[in-house]
Amino acid sequence: MSSLVGNVALNFSEEQSMLLDVARAFVRDKAPIDRVRAQLETEAGYDQAVWQEMVDLGWTGIALPESVGGSALGFSAVVPVIEALGHGLLGTPLMDTTLAGQLLLRAGGAAQESALAAIAEGEIATVAFLDGADWGADNTGVSLDDQGCLQGSKSFVGSAQVASRFVVVGNQGGEPLLAVVARDALSDDALVANTLIDLTKRSARIDFSGVKPEQVITGEAVVAALRDYRLLGALLAAVEATGAGARCLEVIVDYLKTRKQFGKLIGSYQALKHPTVDIYCAVEDSRSFCYHAASIIEEGGLSADAETACRMAKTSAGDMLVFAGDRAVQFHGGIGFTWDCDSTLFIRRAQWTQQVFGDAIHHRKRLASLLLD
Amino acid sequence: MSESKAALKEFQTEVRAWMKENVPAPPPFLLPLSFLEVGTEQQLDFLREWQHRVWSAGYLGMHWPKEYGGQGADPAYQGVVDRELGAANAPIMFNTIGLGWVGPLLLEMGTEDEKAKYLKAILSGEEIWCQGFSEPDHGSDLGAVQTRAVRDGDEYVINGSKIWTTMGNYADHMILLARTDPTAERKYDGLSFFLSPMKIPGVDAVPIRKVTGEYGFNQVFFTDARIPASTLMLEEGKGWQVAMKTLEYERGVQAGQGTSHWAVSIQIDDLIDDLRGFERDGEPLFQDPSVRDQAVTLIMEAKALALSQRRMRLSGLTSDFPMGLPLSSKYRGTEWARRMKLFGTAMQGASSSLYMGDGDAYRGGFWQRAYFSNFGMTIGGGTTQVQANIIAEHVLGLPK
Ligand SMILES: Cc1cc2nc3c(=O)[nH]c(=O)nc-3n(C[C@H](O)[C@H](O)[C@H](O)COP(=O)(O)OP(=O)(O)OC[C@H]3O[C@@H](n4cnc5c(N)ncnc54)[C@H](O)[C@@H]3O)c2cc1C
Repeated sequence: MSSLVGNVALNFSEEQSMLLDVARAFVRDKAPIDRVRAQLETEAGYDQAVWQEMVDLGWTGIALPESVGGSALGFSAVVPVIEALGHGLLGTPLMDTTLAGQLLLRAGGAAQESALAAIAEGEIATVAFLDGADWGADNTGVSLDDQGCLQGSKSFVGSAQVASRFVVVGNQGGEPLLAVVARDALSDDALVANTLIDLTKRSARIDFSGVKPEQVITGEAVVAALRDYRLLGALLAAVEATGAGARCLEVIVDYLKTRKQFGKLIGSYQALKHPTVDIYCAVEDSRSFCYHAASIIEEGGLSADAETACRMAKTSAGDMLVFAGDRAVQFHGGIGFTWDCDSTLFIRRAQWTQQVFGDAIHHRKRLASLLLD
Repeated sequence: MSESKAALKEFQTEVRAWMKENVPAPPPFLLPLSFLEVGTEQQLDFLREWQHRVWSAGYLGMHWPKEYGGQGADPAYQGVVDRELGAANAPIMFNTIGLGWVGPLLLEMGTEDEKAKYLKAILSGEEIWCQGFSEPDHGSDLGAVQTRAVRDGDEYVINGSKIWTTMGNYADHMILLARTDPTAERKYDGLSFFLSPMKIPGVDAVPIRKVTGEYGFNQVFFTDARIPASTLMLEEGKGWQVAMKTLEYERGVQAGQGTSHWAVSIQIDDLIDDLRGFERDGEPLFQDPSVRDQAVTLIMEAKALALSQRRMRLSGLTSDFPMGLPLSSKYRGTEWARRMKLFGTAMQGASSSLYMGDGDAYRGGFWQRAYFSNFGMTIGGGTTQVQANIIAEHVLGLPK
């Protein structure tokens, strides 16, 4: 076996299989595409009743310990659920909340019990991570001053409009810290919503200046937890994109099988057929990488192999969805260019996905160091 | 899998020791990179003798039944041997068309007589097989082949020509796809499949030189060649069905091959290790950001292919397109290999311009030759474009 190819662990557990079935059925029944569309221009971006059902199914606590009310199935069990949500293009705060939970869990452990318990019960939380547009930066620019107040603002905070709790990444005297901030502590004008390219998503810029956090977490564990957060975030973004890519492929294939031009189904033209095969192969690759990463994390945590796997997953899925969304528009012709065509949703999701937690170039650069040096 | 890990591990130790003792030193002449380029008697004799030695040790076709020269073992054992052959950089098992396609085909649909007659000599290397499918005017459109087979008593009389016939000049037998009924309404129904002898009057093989400069394939002319009627497989008109089954083995969609060690293993590690000595802008090649980016892309593809192989065994992760991964593995694998070898060729600075035969060519022009050679894989066995059609139609359900 090639050592550069390295670890090729790939498992699919009973739990994952069950969760995938349940989540797929849920998305099919509760969130068909017209209901997703109905939320595009609402403030929250999702249907509260649907979200409540997801909470009731226990999805916010899948990877949290039983001691805080989670089901302790491990992070790998989140993967099929996010894949299914991606397939439905369902924008909910599940990803942001899950990642906020993981960051707190990994940085703070037991001290975070009440916050984690709240998340398991469905409280929406999110990480305020980016200082600006650069995923590769330190992003610890917000500082804690001598009065114990935060100074500075954060950009692109996911699900900010609906979150009750923010985990703010910052620093004190140059050392990274996490500050837990309640929504109530923010004034109304602290939060400026973004107009996002993907209308199923929500984010905002938040000025945390002068806000006193509920809690501050510092120390070695924060550094390690932030590394985990970036990798787990990249993985979940990849997983969600994989689901979306599979759906995008279905949409393309359906159209190629129904639309006729020059007296023939357009799917018989190789100029459409062969790129569609490449989309299919790219979707399969992304899926392999995602479940591979999940398998390694399950076995040995966020090892170097897991880092490689998460980065490959994001690179693969990010590029795949850009390709699929782009071709989805083109392969639908004029109708593909309309607001009402679903190809619109995919090309917009693709542009959102490709950047989140670092684009393909960001990850390939880091993979180069992992693999070549 | 019925075989315990421990038993396989023990077997691996045994095989590894055997390889150490028995893998021959590289001969003074160049060996082919795959079975497609066996072009000289010297190469042939060397490879035949090596295959015979491996088979005599019990390490070839291990999962084929004992009565036909195999060991009746679990396929996992052959997997161990194949990995060790690769790891030891051992010469290839050259009789690939026999070992990889004809053998499993006969095991699946051959008669008792056919199995008894042919299988053991395939393994021992005594009898070489070639494949007479493609014709000058009909390649991808295989169903349209025109070589005629006309029944005459106990014989069929063959007229026509096959081309790109790998090892046709050395072969003892050919799997021959010929037209027995030119009037059949569907072109496919007029075809029949023969296990045709080659060393008979009226059969002439003329070697053709390749882009690599080497030989290995031929044009084969049939001029009133008479073959026994008993060499017909199944019955007249069933040729297409048998040919399609053969292609499943050839394309690796079906398992059962006597070995998978039919080409010099060229892995992504070889590529990266090999190129480390080159410089660009006065610095090591792999410090160049753009080169790094391309290298990572190639490594990722290698990993994706390896993961696909694993995933095929996880039904829960393949249920959306059950045949998708097997049917796309040739499409993906051969094209990735082409790009990787092209990269190896192109990253040598001015040395990229040298070829085999030049004393200064890097590793004797290894990557240049490997890149060219690889077209045998992307064209042979159904071209990449034809594979894409197959995936589109059979996996995604797109119209013809
Ligand atoms: C090294 C090597 C060894 C070989 N060994 C053997 C052997 O032992 N026995 C044997 O029988 N054959 C052998 N072949 C032949 C091989 O199977 C054929 O070359 C192959 O099937 C293509 O047929 P062709 O050469 O007639 O090309 P064509 O079919 O004429 O193809 C020309 C081009 O058109 C494209 N094309 C054709 N049809 C379509 C379509 N429907 N859609 C899109 N594109 C299309 C092809 O992809 C190709 O790019 C070998 C070939 C090579 C290169």
